[in-house]
Amino acid sequence: MAKATVLLVDDEVEFSAVLADRMRQRDLDVDTAENGEIALERVKERRYDAVILDLAMPGIDGIETLKLMLEDNPNLQIILLTGRATVEKGVEAVKLGAVEFLEKPAKIDMLLEKIETARNKSFELSEDHFENMISDIMKRKGW
Amino acid sequence: MEADPEQIKTAETPSPEKPAGVRLPQYRALRRYLILTTLTVSLAPLIIMATINYVQDTEKYKTESRFTVSRILSNTRRALRFAVTERRSALNLVGEENSYNDLASDANVAGALRSLKNSFGGFVDLGVIDSKGTQLYYDGPYDLKGRQYSDQEWYQQVLLHDVCVSKIFLGYRNVPHFIIAFKRARSASDFYVLRATLDLDMINRQVYSLELDPATDAFLIDDAGLLQTSSAFYGPPGQQVPDLYIAPHSRERELIDERILDDQPVTLGYAYITDSPFILVVIHRRETSLAYWLGHRSEMLWFLLISAALIVLVVTYGAIHVTNQLRQADLKRAKLFHNIEYTSKMATLGRLAASVAHEINNPLAIINEKAGLMKDMATFSDEFPNRDKALALVDSITASVERCSRVTHRLLGFGRRMDIRKEKIVIESLLKEVVGFQATEAAHRNVQIEFHVQDDVATIESDRGQLQQVFLNIVNNGISAVGDGGRIDISVEQPNSNEVTVTIADNGPGISDENLQHVFEPFFSTKGEAGTGLGLSITRDIVEKLGGVIGVSSSLGHGTRFTINLPIEKAD
Repeated sequence: MAKATVLLVDDEVEFSAVLADRMRQRDLDVDTAENGEIALERVKERRYDAVILDLAMPGIDGIETLKLMLEDNPNLQIILLTGRATVEKGVEAVKLGAVEFLEKPAKIDMLLEKIETARNKSFELSEDHFENMISDIMKRKGW
Repeated sequence: MEADPEQIKTAETPSPEKPAGVRLPQYRALRRYLILTTLTVSLAPLIIMATINYVQDTEKYKTESRFTVSRILSNTRRALRFAVTERRSALNLVGEENSYNDLASDANVAGALRSLKNSFGGFVDLGVIDSKGTQLYYDGPYDLKGRQYSDQEWYQQVLLHDVCVSKIFLGYRNVPHFIIAFKRARSASDFYVLRATLDLDMINRQVYSLELDPATDAFLIDDAGLLQTSSAFYGPPGQQVPDLYIAPHSRERELIDERILDDQPVTLGYAYITDSPFILVVIHRRETSLAYWLGHRSEMLWFLLISAALIVLVVTYGAIHVTNQLRQADLKRAKLFHNIEYTSKMATLGRLAASVAHEINNPLAIINEKAGLMKDMATFSDEFPNRDKALALVDSITASVERCSRVTHRLLGFGRRMDIRKEKIVIESLLKEVVGFQATEAAHRNVQIEFHVQDDVATIESDRGQLQQVFLNIVNNGISAVGDGGRIDISVEQPNSNEVTVTIADNGPGISDENLQHVFEPFFSTKGEAGTGLGLSITRDIVEKLGGVIGVSSSLGHGTRFTINLPIEKAD
């Protein structure tokens, strides 16, 4: 199985760099983005199994980034990881379509677990998508 | 211009001391002031009215008394003067019409007396006395012929003034009487005296013709203050009356005066009876004016007393009531201020705590990751000097980070509990959101969550974030309690028009009775290191802050049931 692809979005570069390093050591394919704009570009360029997103960021904040990403790709598996966790924000994020809401500092094992879950989900969804595509093609071409 | 934030803060923050208005002595002073001023303005007119009434009554009574005395005095005086003058004239006429010789026999004198008696009452006897003072001829009920009068006072008077109306005296007969006598010429060098005795009845008739009430007395005195007629106050004729301060002889005047006699206020009237030694005195004993007023105006007095008592009662009660109310209101306000101050302080503190916690969480995350990286390096490198020691150090760092993070989470919880923002909340969707938030966790543990929602449950007015926190805590507890394959039942009901009841029941192992008593206490935990022991304590605080009630029941082996009653509209 190919490496899981993860996008790490956090304005704390020091944090994201170290975390990315550690994830890579654990055999993950990790990209980082230091704000919402860059993150939005990255998800357009590449397909990610999971996006790990901070809430409080300069420029467009985490919630806004989340919305824009899901508008583009509703199947995107987004995990929020934030130091500004409140229940309200969490509920809001989950309502908007985030799959997980984690508080900083988080244990890497837990994070990896969530990423794995997200990847499986993402895989299922893309299979669905693939299936749909095939059945769609079959219907249309109908041979 | 930028305002100095410090100054604004000082201006807005109430002083920490108790507000000055709440101290008790101030209310006492206010109460005193209220009572005094109200009593003054209400009682003063009443008292002034009563005083005016009293003075007017007293004056009226005096005037009435004077009028009574004056009436008796002038009527009696006129009657007396007439009676005396008439008899004097009658006797004078006898002297004028008869020469000495016409009278110079007892029979003649008897004839003259008869005609006098027929024409005028009061004559007792009649006599002719020679210049030596010897009664020559006499007619009357007594044997007075040859009686010597030269040493009598009235005789001296006649010699001096040619005419005399005597004072009343007892004389030889020991009967009170008085005498009218004329000196008449007998010849060129000699004279005789015509004397008539008049009984007192004639005078008494005049004096007592008026029916006098017991407070009034009328009598005659002479210039020496001896009673001439009997007096109701001073006794029979001949008695000395106390000094009445009668002014010297004045012919026409009737004098009326207010005096104190025998310690009694009296109205005293007197007048000289013309051509006689008599002074007519009328005394009207006034009761003391206060006694009179009290006696005659008792209704007025009662009215005054009852009104005054009522006013005092009402005013005192009113003042006490008002000051008490005021004090209560002030206390309430002071308390409110204190609460507002406290709440705003705590809210500020909470916000501060939350922002500090947020700021600390990010560097904590960095420390955590760096320590993790170090651990990774130590774990994954083939050669790492002192690996075990390094790993122990890293673990120690990670443990400390975890401790810090528990603290920051607690601070966040504390911060969140502070201010309440109210909004309309559909409790069912709020619960579903919270459960949805934990759906992955629940699904992962294979926990089944079921909703039982009564139809038409009212929307409640409450704080969304705080309620989410409450339900999250309880559902979380439930999920961790039930374990794999457990079940959580959430029901929403509206038992009455005031509240909504949310019941969250799990089928976990339950809580022992002993532990159940303590579940809401701070720092009580059955999870050991895993929990802060603050979860349910915070939960209960929030519920109570939102005006609700949280209860728990449990039985070992069957599960735990949390019941939360929330007011539909939170009262302040």
